[in-house]
Amino acid sequence: MQAGHLADNVMHFGRVLRHAGLPVGSDRIALALQALQATGLEDRESLRAVLAATLLDRHASRPMFDQAFDLFWRDPDFEGHMHRLLLPRVDVPRSPRPGLSENRRLAEALFPTAPTPPAPPQDAQTMTVTWTANAREVLQRADFATMSTDEWRQAAQALAALRWLFEPLPSRRRRAAPEGAGARLDFRRTLQASARQGGEGVWPRWSQPAVRPAPVLMLVDISGSMSRYSRVALHLAHALARGGPLECFVFGTRLTRITRWLRDRDPDHALSQIENAVRDWSGGTRIGENLHAFHREWAGRTLSGRSTVLLISDGLETGDPQTLREGLGAEMARLRRRCRRLLWLNPLLRYDAFAPVAGGIRTMLPHVDALLPVHNLDSLKALAQTLGQGPQGPQGPRPRPFSSPVTPPITPP
Amino acid sequence: MGAEDAAPAGRPATLTLPADVPALQALLATQGYIAGRELATTLFLALKLQRPLFLEGEPGTGKTEIARALSAALGRRLIRLQCHEGLDLAGAAYEWNYGRQMLEIRLAEAQGRADASLGQSLFDRRFLLERPLLQALEGDGPGTPPPVLLVDELDRADEPFEAYLLEVLGEFQLTIPELGTVRAAQPPLVVLTSNRSREVHDAVRRRCLYHWVDYPDAALERQILARRVPEAPAALSAQVVAFVQMLREMDLAKRPGISETIDWVRALLAMDAVSLDPATLQDTLGVLLKGQDDLARVRGTEAQRMLDRLRALPAA
Repeated sequence: MQAGHLADNVMHFGRVLRHAGLPVGSDRIALALQALQATGLEDRESLRAVLAATLLDRHASRPMFDQAFDLFWRDPDFEGHMHRLLLPRVDVPRSPRPGLSENRRLAEALFPTAPTPPAPPQDAQTMTVTWTANAREVLQRADFATMSTDEWRQAAQALAALRWLFEPLPSRRRRAAPEGAGARLDFRRTLQASARQGGEGVWPRWSQPAVRPAPVLMLVDISGSMSRYSRVALHLAHALARGGPLECFVFGTRLTRITRWLRDRDPDHALSQIENAVRDWSGGTRIGENLHAFHREWAGRTLSGRSTVLLISDGLETGDPQTLREGLGAEMARLRRRCRRLLWLNPLLRYDAFAPVAGGIRTMLPHVDALLPVHNLDSLKALAQTLGQGPQGPQGPRPRPFSSPVTPPITPP
Repeated sequence: MGAEDAAPAGRPATLTLPADVPALQALLATQGYIAGRELATTLFLALKLQRPLFLEGEPGTGKTEIARALSAALGRRLIRLQCHEGLDLAGAAYEWNYGRQMLEIRLAEAQGRADASLGQSLFDRRFLLERPLLQALEGDGPGTPPPVLLVDELDRADEPFEAYLLEVLGEFQLTIPELGTVRAAQPPLVVLTSNRSREVHDAVRRRCLYHWVDYPDAALERQILARRVPEAPAALSAQVVAFVQMLREMDLAKRPGISETIDWVRALLAMDAVSLDPATLQDTLGVLLKGQDDLARVRGTEAQRMLDRLRALPAA
């Protein structure tokens, strides 16, 4: 390990990156120091190259790294100082923080403020609620938008307790199975069994394709017209995320991926983190533009031909028919082509007199496989059934669907 | 895509590594691969520190080519493992040759040798089919440098395979239950590539040195063209590069990569074009753009507009 200020500075830089949110462990910092010894230092750019190679592990971290690097190693006489292994000057301005636009985290990492004191723990409240069958039935049918806070709490618990079924899809791996329809001879196990008995008699062993749950991708509209149902949709996302592979995006004026916050076990904590991270709540609706952004940036990585897409939106996009068809219609067609099933959950179906008249709705409707309600618990139960069954195909012996919270079986290699 | 220039005949396998980053760049250049500063640094570190290399990038940016150039430049054997969904132990590491084993059983029965010891002789090295991972670990023998293992398109394999690969890469050893553990005498240079159709797991990233392979800038692309397609006139290459760089600025579903640029220049030469004109452009646009939506966007007026912009540019 190279003694001197360089090692200290690299460690400090690694810590800065870590506080800014990049996953830089101490093993990577040690690797960076090792690498600096192996390559030697010539100039600032070679230092940047070495640190980028050892400290980064994904492309998304690069902009943050570049900004941090430019701020941290900013001495004009860099080469001279490096050669003398002196501390590079980092000019800390006394005045307000440098304009880092949206990199609040980086600013906080470089100029740490006093830590905020933790919120005092809430007293646990125990409520005894005797449920009559009547009350429960009423809750199942009650519209989310009209619920009081208490009712909403009960409904959220009921939602989390629903069994969410993920459709089982055959994969290319094989697993041991008894002889039967669709079973293929498994040579390896057959031979092993035979060899164990000294080659006497070959007892055939069979295998069938392993199954894995079909991934679900949710696109949730959080614009103003959807504000009452956004919360429901996020609770739904959280419940689904606990049961199987789920990707979730929210969009209003722009698109944000919220999958990682849904991994939190506590739904309220997850939702509060999401609320902090997403900026465009209850704004305008731009479905077509956001779908375009989704296709450009995320579809390649998160959408597969096996995915079931749940689009939760009221479809109230404005525009003349021509623009709608070319923009929103084209994006919907593209989405339908890339996924296995496209289900549209529309809270406007709570109105009995609903008819697809609005331009946006008419443009979107031909491209979806089903238009489903989402306004009360009954409709969510129906959704769970639909998800588990899959598109109606030729009826045959089907494996049992995957259900939450039991994790699906992992096939060993 | 092999080296187009006269590489030093039969580059001898050498155990000595290039001394520093510029030396590695020069070495790769002899094989026709122009590596930028950051990529060369990452490659150098992967060699020196004996860490696997994880290359991520859009399709068509030359990730596989890096591994090929590296193995040719260092004189090491290239072992390629193409990943796909459902790739498992049998396809990647090793498999027993069941056919021959069953024959052996039959033979033993016919010759009256069938007894309990048959089980042991059945699982002998001669019945083992070695797949890329095992081949890479065993290498070519003492005194020869370890091979380069290219695990191509890791994002196509599934998560159980990634976990298995991580075990192998962690200690560079692999266990065959019937035979024992195989350890690599010298760790091979491992290059993993991904087209980002799926996010590769964090554990794999942590083990490797990461590099994002981006589209080349105009100067680098011209250099690459000069290397790969030397018979193309410089003016045509310059026009082609300027056009493709403009295309990449647009909001296309699939932006053309460096391999598409090279194919396009070759196509233009095959059609005896010395410069870009509207007719040839319309005819050959399918070499650059591979989706109907993109083609529909660029064909016609858009392509004409870009050609006009090209002509308005000062000669590079």
